[in-house]
Amino acid sequence: MSQYDLVIVGGGPAGLAAAVSAKDNGIEKILIIERDNELGGILNQCIHNGFGLHTFKEELTGPEYAGRFIEQVKERNIEYKLNTMVMDISADKVVTAMNRVDGMFQIEAKAIILAMGCRERSRGALNIPGYRPAGIYSAGTAQRLVNIEGYMPGHKVVILGSGDIGLIMARRMTLEGAEVQVVAELMPYSGGLKRNIVQCLDDFDIPLKLSHTVIDIEGKERVTGITIAEVGPDRKPIPGTEEHYDCDTLLLSCGLLPENELSKTAGVTLSNITSGPIVNDALETNIEGVFACGNVLHVHDLVDFVSEEASNAGKNAAKYIKEGKSKNSKNVQIHAVDGVRYTVPCTIRPDEMDDKVTIRFRVGQVFTDCSVATYFGDELINKRAKKIMAPGEMEQVILLKSKLAEYPDLKDITIKIEEA
Amino acid sequence: MEERHLTCIGCPMGCQLTVTMENGKVTNVTGNTCKRGDIYARKEVTNPTRIVTSSVRVKGGKIAMVSCKTKEDIPKGKIFDICNALESVEVDAPVEIGDILLRNVCDTGVDIVATKAVGCK
Repeated sequence: MSQYDLVIVGGGPAGLAAAVSAKDNGIEKILIIERDNELGGILNQCIHNGFGLHTFKEELTGPEYAGRFIEQVKERNIEYKLNTMVMDISADKVVTAMNRVDGMFQIEAKAIILAMGCRERSRGALNIPGYRPAGIYSAGTAQRLVNIEGYMPGHKVVILGSGDIGLIMARRMTLEGAEVQVVAELMPYSGGLKRNIVQCLDDFDIPLKLSHTVIDIEGKERVTGITIAEVGPDRKPIPGTEEHYDCDTLLLSCGLLPENELSKTAGVTLSNITSGPIVNDALETNIEGVFACGNVLHVHDLVDFVSEEASNAGKNAAKYIKEGKSKNSKNVQIHAVDGVRYTVPCTIRPDEMDDKVTIRFRVGQVFTDCSVATYFGDELINKRAKKIMAPGEMEQVILLKSKLAEYPDLKDITIKIEEA
Repeated sequence: MEERHLTCIGCPMGCQLTVTMENGKVTNVTGNTCKRGDIYARKEVTNPTRIVTSSVRVKGGKIAMVSCKTKEDIPKGKIFDICNALESVEVDAPVEIGDILLRNVCDTGVDIVATKAVGCK
């Protein structure tokens, strides 16, 4: 069995940034395992621009952003295996993987970083009634077909879900000559960024119908039409509001799910809200030496934040490899209540945390003129006014080690939304 | 006097902006709650520009398409012309990031450059 200091599962933005950071923090024997035929992950198909404003202070396309990190990995001679699928991760950090060249093989790792990303919610998971013809794609599949493989998946299109990929694909299909008739969104607000609604829908006069969903798919061989209807506050279709569209393609952009099958085989505890691992401030899971970052941990809006988080995971994994198990220091629990759906991390170690730890979270609904309040125990520590917060945009609170040091008996931190 | 209605893209607020224009000049912006809205509205009604991103076929490459973009902003009205012009473009592998794939697309003075490296098959 071969041995590595660090095995990183996934060669997308999270895996690449984690590898670079671990190497820069003194770890020599690193292996990135990637199942696709190139590094870069989903960024390779995100050919639109808008990436990198935080990281590189310029606007890049997805492949360019990935390219910068791939270059850093290659400059550092970090090893990677492409076309390789990890089959299993054990609790004692043995990684079982396979590919066409090596067959099945096992690697013993001192530390592992989970960076597998996420996948799209499928039609099956959405329970859309109707026939099951060809012509129903997840928005990401259509994106890959158009941008990398050079196929057009259809000509007359309806899109369900207004997540960013759906919006981006509405524009992309339009520019490639398709007619995108409507984007239907179940919720009363869009899950996508405002900028994408304006530049992908408004620019091309594509209507966005909020509080609408698909209630029927027609067509035996190929999609021939779909029916959408308005939904009430209970998100159930309202009879009499049905509208029919003739179309040959339905794209689904209805949310992303962290891909944690491997985490489960290792015995990593998952959050039932994010579907990602529960981690402490070092981004370490309940299994010592197993870290998680990027969309496998929780779904991000901006890749810049993925890189930042992953770089942190790489640094912490390096520390673990060099110094071994962290002292049995105390954990302070972070509670997400009153409009805050979850936080990442969920716990923080006041004695061992970095000087500054970013707590990222999402809100459960749209809030206007509210504040984000942070409590240490019952004491209000910080209150920050926000004009608007929406579930589609990740928020953050920064905790300082120096501040926590003033509260030696602290057991609980609470983050909540309050009136301004 | 002419009125234009826009949604601001500066932040998730998405303020509904109303721009008043006279003889092609902006006389007033309302509906914005911060300065960014004002700046966005003035640019958007007088000189709206976009970066166009697409992909073109690559001959003998590891993958079928290479992604590309306009090197600089182009006038919003030229988006479709540029996409049509790119339809017939085919380049030879290998391609490096930043390689010029098409010069002066649609007489905009802007080149189309590759945004991805594609090696030979």
